Amino acid sequence: MKTDELVSMLAQGDIAVPSHTASKRIGLALTSGIMLSFSLMLLVLGIRPDLMRAMELPMFWVKLLFALSFGLIGLIAVSRLSRPGVPLKKLPWAFSIPISLIWLWSLVLLVQAHPAQRLSLVLGDTWAVCPALIALLAAPIFAVAMGAVRSLAPTQLPQAGAAVGLMAGGWGAVVYCLHCPEMSAPFIGTWYLLGIMIPTLLGALLGKTLLRW
Amino acid sequence: MTEQAELNTNEVMLHGLLLQSLKGNTQTYQQFLKELARLLRGYFRRRLTALPDEVEDLVQESLLAIHNKRHTYDVTQPVTAWIYAIAKYKLIDLMRRRERQDQWNDPFDETCEFATPSDDEATDALRDVHLLLKQLPDRMRLPIIHTKLEGLSVAEAAERTGLTESAVKVGVHRGLKALHNLLRGTP
Repeated sequence: MKTDELVSMLAQGDIAVPSHTASKRIGLALTSGIMLSFSLMLLVLGIRPDLMRAMELPMFWVKLLFALSFGLIGLIAVSRLSRPGVPLKKLPWAFSIPISLIWLWSLVLLVQAHPAQRLSLVLGDTWAVCPALIALLAAPIFAVAMGAVRSLAPTQLPQAGAAVGLMAGGWGAVVYCLHCPEMSAPFIGTWYLLGIMIPTLLGALLGKTLLRW
Repeated sequence: MTEQAELNTNEVMLHGLLLQSLKGNTQTYQQFLKELARLLRGYFRRRLTALPDEVEDLVQESLLAIHNKRHTYDVTQPVTAWIYAIAKYKLIDLMRRRERQDQWNDPFDETCEFATPSDDEATDALRDVHLLLKQLPDRMRLPIIHTKLEGLSVAEAAERTGLTESAVKVGVHRGLKALHNLLRGTP
């Protein structure tokens, strides 16, 4: 077929595209992923029994905000990397803001704390399961979002995969906040971050195979 | 005209055409795709000097890709950046596929150097979309033939094929996606 014929063929018929199709698709994937993740949390882990009281403490919100910041940075990165030719600009730097803030705060806390208490500030009671559970809650978001991004047009596949993983990890951690009893900054700056990094790394590694089109 | 100035004129023209096209204007879309083909041909020809035979195939594959992915264009962004990002992706994809092939076959680079075509010939691709179209199942092939080649409306195509109107639309959509994959050489 000559290229001119292909052009005529493609231009024929119903070619209109509703506006904001791409944003809507990402939004829909994220919302349904979060709902799946939330159901999974209810089913497997359950909401922490003292949630109402915990919500009165600033630390609960700091934790939520920390997780949320990665979810939002991931979301912006996903929407940029799903569209060809849209630059990331300074977004990768935004990533370092929540990390440096929580590490700075952790450092102050650890210096002030009694030496005997320092380790328990970092490890809490649940360090051994926290990253894995965040990764577990990120999984449904990861799966749904990968599908959505593939239906768009990512051109830098490892980066796009990492962005999907970051978004999934961030929102998975937000959901996990409703279950997790830990309330110390050093804990969050270590194990939450690690939990969010698991799907991010996985996304970067799998991007090339999962997102090809 | 300098390259930058040329890029700017292309940008303004293509942006205008695509905006109208995304609202459903088939005339501006035809014009857009024609300009797009010209742009892509130049882009690939400059980069595939050793593989002139691949140029038109890649132009057609990219046209299909851009058509199938037209919903990813953000109207606030430069359209040329969008186009060249897809073109670059397609070029890298082709190189990767060939690299894999060349592990099994000896490349025959020397023979290609004398066969550089001029600008107005070679708009025929090696892989024929007509033939590829025949490989698609009826539920994709017939909607494409009726609405995209014979120019019937979705309703008329639905009547001809006995499919519902939404099945016709889905068939066209999936069919063009499948066609793109066939053209790309991945079934």
